[in-house]
Amino acid sequence: MSKEMTGAEMVVQALIDQGVDTLFGYPGGAVLPIYDVLFHQEKVHHILVRHEQGAAHAAEGYARASGKVGVLLVTSGPGATNTVTGLTDALMDSIPLVCITGQVPTHLIGSDAFQECDTVGITRHCTKHNYLVKNVADLPRILHEAFYVASSGRPGPVVIDIPKDVQFARGVYTPPAGAGHKTYHPKLDADMDAIRTAVAMMAAAKRPIFYTGGGVINSGPAASALLRELVALTGFPITSTLMGLGAYPGSGENWLGMLGMHGTFEANNAMHDCDLMIAVGSRFDDRITGRLDAFSPGSKKIHIDIDRSSINKNVKVDLPIVGDCGHVLEALVRVWRAEAMHAEKQPLDHWWAQINEWRERKSLAYRTSDTTIKPQYAVQRLYALTRNHDVYITTEVGQHQMWAAQHFHFDEPNRWMTSGGLGTMGYGLPAAIGAQLAHPNALVIDIAGEASILMNIQEMSTAIQYRLPVKIFILNNEYMGMVRQWQELLHGGRYSHSYSEALPDFVKLAEAFGGKGIRCSDPATLDAAIQEMIDYDGPVIFDCHVDKIENCFPMIPSGKAHNDMLLADLSDDAGLEIGSIIDEKGKMLV
Amino acid sequence: MNAPASPPSPYSSATHNAKIESHTLSVLVDNEPGVLARVVSLFSGRGYNIESLTVAEVAHADHLSRITIVTSGAPETIDQIHHQLERLVPVRQVTDLTASKRSLERELAMIKVRGRGENRSDALQVAEAFRARVVDATTESFIFELTGRPAKIDEFVDLMRPIGLVEVSRTGVAAISRGPDPI
Repeated sequence: MSKEMTGAEMVVQALIDQGVDTLFGYPGGAVLPIYDVLFHQEKVHHILVRHEQGAAHAAEGYARASGKVGVLLVTSGPGATNTVTGLTDALMDSIPLVCITGQVPTHLIGSDAFQECDTVGITRHCTKHNYLVKNVADLPRILHEAFYVASSGRPGPVVIDIPKDVQFARGVYTPPAGAGHKTYHPKLDADMDAIRTAVAMMAAAKRPIFYTGGGVINSGPAASALLRELVALTGFPITSTLMGLGAYPGSGENWLGMLGMHGTFEANNAMHDCDLMIAVGSRFDDRITGRLDAFSPGSKKIHIDIDRSSINKNVKVDLPIVGDCGHVLEALVRVWRAEAMHAEKQPLDHWWAQINEWRERKSLAYRTSDTTIKPQYAVQRLYALTRNHDVYITTEVGQHQMWAAQHFHFDEPNRWMTSGGLGTMGYGLPAAIGAQLAHPNALVIDIAGEASILMNIQEMSTAIQYRLPVKIFILNNEYMGMVRQWQELLHGGRYSHSYSEALPDFVKLAEAFGGKGIRCSDPATLDAAIQEMIDYDGPVIFDCHVDKIENCFPMIPSGKAHNDMLLADLSDDAGLEIGSIIDEKGKMLV
Repeated sequence: MNAPASPPSPYSSATHNAKIESHTLSVLVDNEPGVLARVVSLFSGRGYNIESLTVAEVAHADHLSRITIVTSGAPETIDQIHHQLERLVPVRQVTDLTASKRSLERELAMIKVRGRGENRSDALQVAEAFRARVVDATTESFIFELTGRPAKIDEFVDLMRPIGLVEVSRTGVAAISRGPDPI
C-alpha cells in the first residue's frame, strides 16, 4: 500500500516488507530517527553489537546460515568506516548484505561535519553497489532495489547512505513491486548448446573431476541436491574449495576432500592429472591453482559461473557456461539422463584405482601424542562429539581454520561459515552470533585461534545480552600459527612478532563477560571437557592448549604445482631443510 | 607500451609475453551520481590502463551517458576489462569497437603556438595541410582547432613543436560504429 510517512519509517517498513526479521546495528547521531522508529515496533528484531565490524560479520553469518539477505544499520563516519572490512569480506565471498548507514544532513555534506565521511566513496570499492539518497522520493525504490541487487546474480553487499534530513522528510512509500531493477537482470539459464557440449565432453572423459565452490551454496539448497544427483549419475570424483564445503557431503563416496594450498593429496593430484575438469561456482583463486603455468596441464576445462568476468580471469577454459549453478546443474542432469545414460561412456575404473592409490597416502595424517593435544586431534574430537547435533561451524583465519576445514566434515550446505577470500581474522565470533540467531536451537561453534578471537572478542557481550549459547573453541598455541609457519618456511624461523607474550586468561575472560570458561591441555580429559562445553546452555570460551609448533599440512608451497605438495611425514624426514623448499620467486608471493 | 615494471608473478606467467593491444570501449551507462567514479575506480583498482576517457550525456530523457575509453593490455586483459565493466550495476552495454573493426574515432584538440616571422607562416601552412582552423590569433600566437584521429593530432603536435608549441588541450576519443545500426 502506498502511504505517506517519514524516510525513517520507510526504512523500517521496507525491512518488514522485504521479510527482514533480524537487524544488526549500533546507534549514533545520524541514525537516531531510524532507531526511534525501531523503538515503536516489534517485527524487526534489532541486535545491538559492540562494534560495527561485528555487525557486518554477524549479518554475513546470518546470511550464510539462513540463505537470506543479512542487514545492518550503523551511523555515519566511524560507524560506516568500521563496516568496511565486513563489506569487503562479503564482496570477496559473495554474501548478500544490505548495509544502511546514516549520513550528516544533505546541506552539511562536504563541509567536514562532525562524524561525516564520504561513505559512498569509501565503500564504492568494497560493495557490489551503493547509493547516497538525497531525496526522500527515491528512498522506497532504492531500499527495495538494494535487496534485489544484493541477492540476485552473484550476491554481494550493498550500502544505502541516508542523510539525517532525508530520514526526517516525508514522502510516499511504495511496497516492493516489479522487476527489482530497471536494467540489472543477470542471466540465470545457460545456453542449451553449451549444456549438450558439456554432457558430450563428460561422457567422453576418462579422468574427470568436479571442482565445486561457494557458488553452489549461494545458489541455494536445490543446487546442492542437483550436484549430488549429478555426481551419483556420473560416478565422477568431486573436490571443493574452502567456500564450497558441504554442497557435496563430506562423508560421500566420491568425495576427495578439499583442494588447494592445504587440500588433500588425492584432490590436488586428481586436479593435476584429470583430463576433464568441471568447475561449478568456483573461481580459480590462487589458493586453489598454485602455480598457474603448471595448473592441470592436460585437461579440458568447463567453467560454470554466474559471473562472466570470472571466466578466463585466471585460467583459460575450453567451455564457459554462464548461468546460475542451480539452473545449469538442473539442465546438465536432465540432458545427461536423456543422452549420456544410453551413450557409450568411458569406464572410470582406472581413474578411481589411481585416486584410491593417492588416498592411501593419507595426507591428513599427523603424529599423535598422549601428552599434548594435537590441534588436528582436537578438531576431530569436536567433530565426533557433535555428530548427533544440529551443528553450525564458523572459524577465524589461520591454521585452526585449515584444520577445521580438513578434519570437520559437512554433510549439508550452509553449515560452514568462514572468511575465504579476504581472510579476515575476527570473523568467526560475530558470524557465529549471526548463525545462532538464524538457528536459535542449533549448536553453533566458532573454531578459533587465540590471536584471531581477540580481534572481535567484544561480541561476547552481544552473545550474553541476547542469551546466544555460542561456543568458542580456541586452538591456543600462543602463536599466530600460520604466520609462524610461514616464517619457518620462508624466513629462516625468525618468528618476528608472531608470538603473543601477553594473552588473557580465557577462562576468567569468559567469566568476566558472564559466560563459562573451560580450559584443557590434556588429551585424556579432552572429550569430557568438550562434552561439558556442549552441555552448557550459554556462551562458552573453551581454551584448548595445543601443540605450539604444529604445522598445517599438506601444503602446496607458494609457487609450486598441485603435484608438488609438502606432506607432514616428508617434512619430518631427516635432512630435508623445510626452509629450502620455497624458491626466491615463491617467496614473493603471499 | 613497455614491459610491466614488476617481475611477472609465478602465479600468472601465462600472459606476460602476450602482445599489448590498444582497444576502444564504448560503455553506455545510466547517468546517475558516481557512475564515472565507479568506472574509473574499476580501472585503478584492478590495475588496468586508461589512455583516454570521454564522457557525456547522450540521451537526456533516458538519463543515458556514453563513456568512451581507450585502454591497452593483452587480449585476455581487454576481455577481462569488458566483462568487469558489464558487472557494474549501472552499466547497460559495453562494446569493444576495436574488436568490431567498424568504428569511427575522432578527437578534437586545441593547440597554442607562439612565434613571429617565418614561424608564423610555417604554422599556418602546416595547419592548412591538416585542415586545422585558426580560432584565436594575436600578433605573436595562434590557437588551432583540429579534429581527427588521435594519430593525426599527434602528428600535427609533433610538427608544431619546433615552430613554437606552447600547449595542447585534447578532448579524448569519441567513437561510434559505422553503418546504419547502433553500437
